[in-house]
Amino acid sequence: MNELDYYCYLRTLDAEPIEAPMLRDAMIIFRYQMRLLLREPVWIAVVLVQPLLYLALFAPLLESIVKTPGFPPGDAWQVFVPGLLVQLGIFGSMFVGFAIIAEIRFGTVERMRVTPASRFGLLLGRVMRDTLVLLIQAALLTLIAVAFGLRVPLVGALITVGIVGLLGVSLASLSYAAGLWLKSEDALAPLLNMISVPVLLLSGILLPMSLAPRWLQRLAQVNPFSHVVEAARAAFRNDLGDGALVAGLVAAAALAVVGLTVATRTFQRESA
Amino acid sequence: MIQARGLRRTFKSRGTTVEAVRGLDLEVEAGEIVGLLGPNGAGKTTTQRMLATLLVPTAGEATVAGCDLRRDPNGVRRQLGYVSQSGGTNPAAKVDEELVTQAQLYGMSRGAARTRAGELRELLDLAELGGRVIRTLSGGQRRRLDVALGLMHAPRLVFLDEPSTGLDPQTRANLWTHIRGLRERGATILLTTHYLEEADALCDRIQIVDAGTIVATGTPEELKRRISGDLVTFEVDDVARATELLRGWSDAREVTAVARGLRVTVDRGDTQALVLMRALDDAGLKIGALHIAHPSLDDVFLTLTGRSLRDAPPA
Repeated sequence: MNELDYYCYLRTLDAEPIEAPMLRDAMIIFRYQMRLLLREPVWIAVVLVQPLLYLALFAPLLESIVKTPGFPPGDAWQVFVPGLLVQLGIFGSMFVGFAIIAEIRFGTVERMRVTPASRFGLLLGRVMRDTLVLLIQAALLTLIAVAFGLRVPLVGALITVGIVGLLGVSLASLSYAAGLWLKSEDALAPLLNMISVPVLLLSGILLPMSLAPRWLQRLAQVNPFSHVVEAARAAFRNDLGDGALVAGLVAAAALAVVGLTVATRTFQRESA
Repeated sequence: MIQARGLRRTFKSRGTTVEAVRGLDLEVEAGEIVGLLGPNGAGKTTTQRMLATLLVPTAGEATVAGCDLRRDPNGVRRQLGYVSQSGGTNPAAKVDEELVTQAQLYGMSRGAARTRAGELRELLDLAELGGRVIRTLSGGQRRRLDVALGLMHAPRLVFLDEPSTGLDPQTRANLWTHIRGLRERGATILLTTHYLEEADALCDRIQIVDAGTIVATGTPEELKRRISGDLVTFEVDDVARATELLRGWSDAREVTAVARGLRVTVDRGDTQALVLMRALDDAGLKIGALHIAHPSLDDVFLTLTGRSLRDAPPA
């Protein structure tokens, strides 16, 4: 290669019109990350088997408490599966921060930060992969639940899967932000535990909050995830006019916007 | 290609402030290989990371490849290839996946990126390894891949941070050949190293960095000459007379008696030794076993900082 050839590349770079570089960069990262994921057969097995385990090992516990006073309308499956989907949305995505810490250690994050690629694109590509995996899991879980005996309207199911996707975007982003900020597995693990336990307990995922005493219900009101769970249950009952559905959708969308904003800022920060 | 003025960077950790770089000026011309030479912790990597847009300088200004570092970081990024000290590859990825993705992030199309990946693998002795998973590469192959990643977008300016750390001598010499090849193709290179041999063998100009500032700059030859001079050692039959004669000779910076002879420090051993010998011969003295020694860069570093580069404590 002579000098002329060498610089020809620069000119082709300049000549190439790039539309929406942000989304282009996101797609590049998304494809790269997907290829890496698909090379890990263990990962694929976990993705597919996890929902099955939840349904087979936890759902039978619910059959006996459906008749408890205060249990919300709908049968056990209609109450339990939406909660399970939201839980999947939370726990399926909140640990991706560990992956970014590994990437920091490999040096790939820094290498990509020296390129002119959009910081938002670098984040979004990763979040897109995580959300896609999550959506596949959510769809699978719903289908398996139908095979177990769940009855759910298609629109309600789609809305719920959409809500799960928004949660995935939000929590994956926040987890990346936390990973970039802490840069250490030893610090990230306790942080995630500290956050996840109250979020889980105050969301009514496992047992509906309608069973809770008044003070606990008040506390749950503050937790946006409890509204998301309520919305998912309303969608599963085909209660599309329910105010809880709107409130939950707004909460999920707001969480996604907040997550992406915080994480993009963190990606832009110099030391990340 | 690079003009930096008063670069400064402080880090705060646990209440104490560390000044990693304190008021550093740097000029790099197009087509040069410039080396930042200094012990670990001298501020070489911090300097490079600031110039590569990875760290915002606490103070100071710089223009890199014609773009202002603070106002146009993306302009800098487009023209710069940066190879960090520890590299940056995912061990689970394949060689060409990393290369192609990297080029795409610089705006290259997938097809052009594939072609370019093939060319660079050829150039850096990685020709057959496009489909290999990176964790199966040897250390030398992985380091050359790091370099290839930094070159995918044909940057005009290349930063190499400790390019040959951890490589065996043969692989290192091989990598040096590739780095020289880059300059021949018109690239400008700024590298950091704490290996004297590397700075000596590779760099057109060396900036000696110590404690966050540049303490000396010049070609390897200039630095050695300016600071230490050459040592001319010879045996002579009458040491006393030779000493007396040389004391009056202005080119001799220092005259020391050694076993059966003298050691004289001069600016340029290669030319002045002959003049020296002729003067002694004219005076009728008999001279034997002449030896001219060039100072090493370590001598230079020792003179400048009072410490040996080899003994400098690791960061």
